[in-house]
Amino acid sequence: MAEEVKTPAPPPPPEGEKKPTAEKPVAAAPAAPAKPAAPAKPAGPVPLPWTSPLVEKYRSQYGSGLDAQTYLGQNYFSVDRSLIPDILRLLRDEEEFDYCVDITAVHYPKRERQFDVVWILYSFPRNERVRVKTQIADGASIASSVSIWATANWLEREVFDMFGIKFDGHPDLKRILLPDGWKGYPLRKDYGILQQDQEWVQINLGIESGQ
Amino acid sequence: MSLPANDRSNLDLETPEKPYLDSNELIINMGPQHPATHGVLRVILKLDGEKVLGTECVIGYLHRGVEKIAENRTYTMFNPYVDRMDYVAAVSNGLGYCEAVEKLMNVEAPPRAKYIRVILTELNRIASHQLWLGTHALDIGAMTPLFYTFRDREEILKIFEKYCGARLTTHAFRIGGCQYETYAGFEKDVKNFLTFVAPKIDEYETLLTTNRIWLERTKNVGVISAADAIALGVTGPVLRASGVQWDLRKAQPYAAYSEFDFEIPIGTNGDTYDRYLVRMVEMRQSLRIIEQAVNGIPEGPIMGKVPKVIKPPVGEIYHSIEAPKGELGYFIVSDGSTQPYRLRVRPPSFVNLQALDIMVRGMLVADVVAVIGTLDIVLGEVDR
Repeated sequence: MAEEVKTPAPPPPPEGEKKPTAEKPVAAAPAAPAKPAAPAKPAGPVPLPWTSPLVEKYRSQYGSGLDAQTYLGQNYFSVDRSLIPDILRLLRDEEEFDYCVDITAVHYPKRERQFDVVWILYSFPRNERVRVKTQIADGASIASSVSIWATANWLEREVFDMFGIKFDGHPDLKRILLPDGWKGYPLRKDYGILQQDQEWVQINLGIESGQ
Repeated sequence: MSLPANDRSNLDLETPEKPYLDSNELIINMGPQHPATHGVLRVILKLDGEKVLGTECVIGYLHRGVEKIAENRTYTMFNPYVDRMDYVAAVSNGLGYCEAVEKLMNVEAPPRAKYIRVILTELNRIASHQLWLGTHALDIGAMTPLFYTFRDREEILKIFEKYCGARLTTHAFRIGGCQYETYAGFEKDVKNFLTFVAPKIDEYETLLTTNRIWLERTKNVGVISAADAIALGVTGPVLRASGVQWDLRKAQPYAAYSEFDFEIPIGTNGDTYDRYLVRMVEMRQSLRIIEQAVNGIPEGPIMGKVPKVIKPPVGEIYHSIEAPKGELGYFIVSDGSTQPYRLRVRPPSFVNLQALDIMVRGMLVADVVAVIGTLDIVLGEVDR
């Protein structure tokens, strides 16, 4: 995914190549169309730059801290971590993204900044969805959005519970699905599917193993 | 607890500002094993007498790590797991998952499959609402509706059983369409069900809609304003009862919903009674959708062009549907392999349950039970 985010530049060339080659066969040989389709297939659809007045506005405001793309018709911003509370607040206050659908994270252990934190937003007046993504390092914290959307409370707690990402300014950041004393963050990639906090199980359940 | 004979200071009635009894806040634990919490929900109540000052939900008793399991299964293998989240609306879960993966692969189910999906999903919505109504009324003290709704829900489960062999966790759909063609007599069964259940819904209403006890227990109980509901991310009938006319089937149509004529009922007060009315109308609207779908079901294949091995290209997708409880979303990140790199479920019950606190503050303990019922949560989905 790290590569994916950083490859908005390569995509346009394939698109540009595709068109002239596609026009050619129409004029010349009808058997040719299979060929341009073949190189496109392994790559699959690629994220394209997303252009809209909204993006232009934010780009002029934030410059390089913000990137906007669209993939399969869904738009998303990749923003710098430092912009996080501000851009979310602006999206709600000025662009009417009044409903925070979900907050979640994705773990990329090989990357320097290991986590993607993702906000999925929806606007009732515009009937439009947008995602906001940012990358943070393991152990780093990020600004809480509970003051922007009340729903963020439990959603951020779940992200903390599963990934160990801390949200600054959260009113009550503690585990939500797992017990309070549990060690480890299960949705990290280095946490095995059969792994569990043996010590917790032995002390609290009085059994050797929960497996 | 008896007071010492010579100490009557706590009962000094001449100073009404002074609490009648020792009014230290009382913390009471409700659940996780409690019949009115619809599963294993634990609520810690802070009370002043019977009045609720605050609540805290303790959840996770049913946590099975569905999202972690998804990362260790192929897309096809994970399909039956989604049925086990909201197990009273398994068909909806499957629809959301299959459509999300289809979207990620850029394929589409053929029209016939979409119609079958709509029919089964709407039947499931009625079944889910019937189960909600029966248990919710039972919580409040009306026992009869439970028997009525379970009797009629049985007819839906029979159709599911005949269609795919399972009644509850149906695994009815496959990525790309449906596994099974409709059985001989499917359409007749569905049509019979429509004529059977329409008067039954009226029957439920004769039991409750103007029932004085029902009105006393539900009117102005658990009120949530539209603004609060939106801020808390509440969706589904709970949001609509607060007056927000929003339904994903209309707002961002999926499957074949854009082809059907139906209405989105809304409430005005955002109380438990309005949520009841909204769900009753929703059942009737579902009947309308099923009727149109079953009469217009097109011929054709039921599986789209999907490879045997599901291997979506690198990318990510968010797709959501209007489940009986609200917006059910799937956020899937693919790394190009046969297993999802990350699969996040946006569960409506989990998010809606967060509104419990604001809805019961200032109400009585008995109303907590009513509000848990009206939120229509399924703990399998809250905890995943």
